[in-house]
Formats: sequence, C-alpha cells, structure tokens
Amino acid sequence: MPSKVQIKGIREGLLVTLGEGDWPEINHALMEEIENQADFLAGAKLILDVENHILNAATLGKLRDTLSGKGLSLWAVLSNSPTTEQTAQTLGLATRIHQPHPDEEKRPTDTPISGDEALLIRRTLRSGHRVEHHGHMTVIGDVNPGAEIIARGDIVVWGCLRGMAHAGAEGDEDAVVCALDLSPTQLRIAGQIAVPPDERGERLPEIALIKDGMVVAESWKPIGS
Amino acid sequence: MLGKSITFTSGKGGVGKTTATANIGTALATLGKKVVCIDADIGLRNLDVVLGLENRIVYDLVDVVEGRCRLRQAMIRHKRLPELFLIPAAQTRDKTAVSPSDMVRVCDKLRDEHDFILIDSPAGIERGFRNAIAPADEVVIITNPEISAVRDADRIIGLVEAEEKETPTLIINRLNTSMVQRGDMIAAEDVLELLAIKLIGVVPEDESVLVSTNRGSPIALEEKSKAGQAFRNIASRLTGEDVPFLELDGDSGFLGRISKIIRSGGA
Repeated sequence: MPSKVQIKGIREGLLVTLGEGDWPEINHALMEEIENQADFLAGAKLILDVENHILNAATLGKLRDTLSGKGLSLWAVLSNSPTTEQTAQTLGLATRIHQPHPDEEKRPTDTPISGDEALLIRRTLRSGHRVEHHGHMTVIGDVNPGAEIIARGDIVVWGCLRGMAHAGAEGDEDAVVCALDLSPTQLRIAGQIAVPPDERGERLPEIALIKDGMVVAESWKPIGS
Repeated sequence: MLGKSITFTSGKGGVGKTTATANIGTALATLGKKVVCIDADIGLRNLDVVLGLENRIVYDLVDVVEGRCRLRQAMIRHKRLPELFLIPAAQTRDKTAVSPSDMVRVCDKLRDEHDFILIDSPAGIERGFRNAIAPADEVVIITNPEISAVRDADRIIGLVEAEEKETPTLIINRLNTSMVQRGDMIAAEDVLELLAIKLIGVVPEDESVLVSTNRGSPIALEEKSKAGQAFRNIASRLTGEDVPFLELDGDSGFLGRISKIIRSGGA
C-alpha cells in the first residue's frame, strides 16, 4: 500500500503529497510523519499537494497554524479542487509553484471558449483576492482596488470595477471588459495594458475593448439604440 | 455570564487600534461592564502605556500561555476603574510565542467572569493578526480616512471573511471635518462605499487624544471631549444600544446621510 504521506525535496521547498482517505486520518498521518522527521524538516518551506481533498478555510487555517507551531512554514497548497484553491488563495497561500502542477498540462489551452464556460462570482472581491478563470467571468458585486480578476474570455462586472481586470488573458484581442462603473486601477486586454485617466465624469456603464490596437472605453448602449 | 470577545484590527499600523481598544474598554467599564483588554502585539506592546499601567506589569500573556503564572496573576486592574483589566503583551518575545489556539483558550477562560474581552491586534496580516482574530466573536476594523489605510482595511475584511467569521464592523478614526469640507480628505461616505460594511462609529480628529495617550489616561474619561464622546457612543453601541451618530462640527448633514446609507444597506 502506498504511504499516505510522501515528502520529497524540490527546488521551491519540500513537496508533501497527501494520499486518499478521510481527512482526519490523513491529517494524523501527516503529523506523525512530521514528528518522525522533525530534524530533517526543521524550518522547511512546505508545499502541500492535497490532491482531491476539499478543505475549508477553518481546516486549512488550522493546519497552517499547527505547522507554523512546529516551525514549518506552509506557503503553497496545490489542489485539484477549485474550491480548495480559492480558499488557499484567500488565506494568502500560493496555489501554483514554478514547476507546473501535473494536471495543469492536461488543461485544454487552445480550444475555443464556448459561451457557457463562465464563472459567476456573487460577492465583492476585496483587496488581495485574485480570481483566475479559463473562460468568461461575471462578478455580481464590486471589484475593489488591490483585487485582480483574470479571464481567458470576457469580463462583466455588475458593480464597480476599481481593481485590476485582465480579459483575453491568453491573447484573445476580441475580449471585452464591461462594468456598471468602470474605474479600474489598470485594465488589460490580451497583451495591451491601459491605465484609465484620473478624472472621470459621471459614473455610467462602460465597455472596454481593443480598437486599432489600443484599449478604449465607450459608454455602453444597448445594441440597436 | 458568557462574555463577548471583540478584536480591533486594521492591517495598517498607526491608525489607532490601541487607542480605540483602550478607550472603548474604558468606556465599557464606565458603563458598569466587566472588561478585560488583551494586548496581542507581542514584542511591541503599547496598550499598557495608553492605559497608564506600564509600571504595574509583573506577568504577561506569554507567561500565562507558557504556564509561568495563573491567568489571574497576569490581569492588571485599572487604577480608577475596578472592573477594567489588562493582560499585557510580553515585550521581550515575538508573535510566535503565542499560537491562535492559545488565544482561544485564554479567551474561553475569561468569558465566564467578564462581559467583554477586547483584543488589540498588531498591524499586519501575519501570525500576530491571526492570533488576534482567532478567538474573536466580533471583529472591528479601524481605519483612517486615508487611501492607504482604507486599502489595508479592505484586505483585512477579505481575510476575516476567509476565516469564516462574521462580516466585521467599522470605525473611522481621526476624521477631520473641515478638511473633508475643503475636499482634502476622503469623506466617511466614500470610505463606506468602498468597504461596504456596517459603521459603528466615527471618531473626530482631536489633539487632546495624543495628550491623554501620553498621560496614560484615556480620553473616554473626559466628559467634554468630542473624541471621548465618540468612543463612549461606540461602547454603548457594542452593548446593543441604539445611539445616534455624533453631529461633527459645521457639517450638520453628512453624518445624518451616513446613517441613512447604513439603514438602506440593511445592516
């Protein structure tokens, strides 16, 4: 039977891979392994590959604190679950290391995006939040300064966009960004980077797109009017 | 009795967390509540100075956690308010001397005999911050009407929400009404629009706060001070009382408008 916890050294630190099983059991096995190898592990930077385990913020936070109590710093969590990845990100942990995650290679990168591949976020994204999606993205709420949203397709913000938005992140120059109030710190579409002017007039819904190689913002009008 | 633990935090340093903790603690004690203030800023303690209790420290939070004394021994009684206690931070150690679960354990012990446990968080988002929010039933964010402080407050709100705590409430500290009127300072409404959380107090800028801080006698004890009144009102609101917002100098309309925003926000 393969061991529940595997530890191997990589350039970025120690990669700890957790096997299948109940979380309490795996957690216990991890702690045991850490006790056993206390000398070898002292002061190490850990990258935890939790594979298919789904961890909530409380569990992940507790784990991080327990590890730091043992002198280990948890800096990255790799996961197959987007929920766990997002939880890790909000806790300020990295979810990618330099070495690509094995699953990342399997992700389709050159298939066209169909209209239904969109991510809906129904909350305000605050400073420090970063959401990446390989399709379109819709936010119902605000995107505050210091938050970053990155989509391969279009971005729609039903609220105020004050943070950084990157549409067409893999080079799609037809991608657009629209918001009820388009006041981003910075706007990127495909390879173009734009900084909006400081002074803005009335807050109106706007759409940003690439025209003649430049990012421009236009007030949004329903088609046909 | 099951006391409520409230953590005061901000992300950015120097916005008035310690001042707010000391003053709100003092005001709650004046209202007859049993209050313990915990300084979670290990290595950079200040709450003892602001409360005027620096020279009475024998044991501190780290001594409690490491079992060198009983909890009771580390609690310093305030000189004028017998129901106000301080558990000071250790000055010679750092944040790693205490863990989030230690903080939860200490607070759970205090809950039985006190109405309020106020925790003064250190600046930053690292271990010290996590120690401070771990035991919190309620988190109060302190900010100044200043872009960098508001940005950090926004980040902190996100982190508190990520820990699956209730949405925090907000205190805007050091608001200078005449600067707002001249357009040189962000108005309270604009801070609220961005942060979109419930406001529980606006404290006006007041030089006498600095004087009282240096003297170790919280401004909340001074009847005439506007800032003191603002802190007393916040304390009353924390006890569940509905206190109208202070009308600050000159601009009679704008705080009225804030309270309208809050009501329409359903908070």
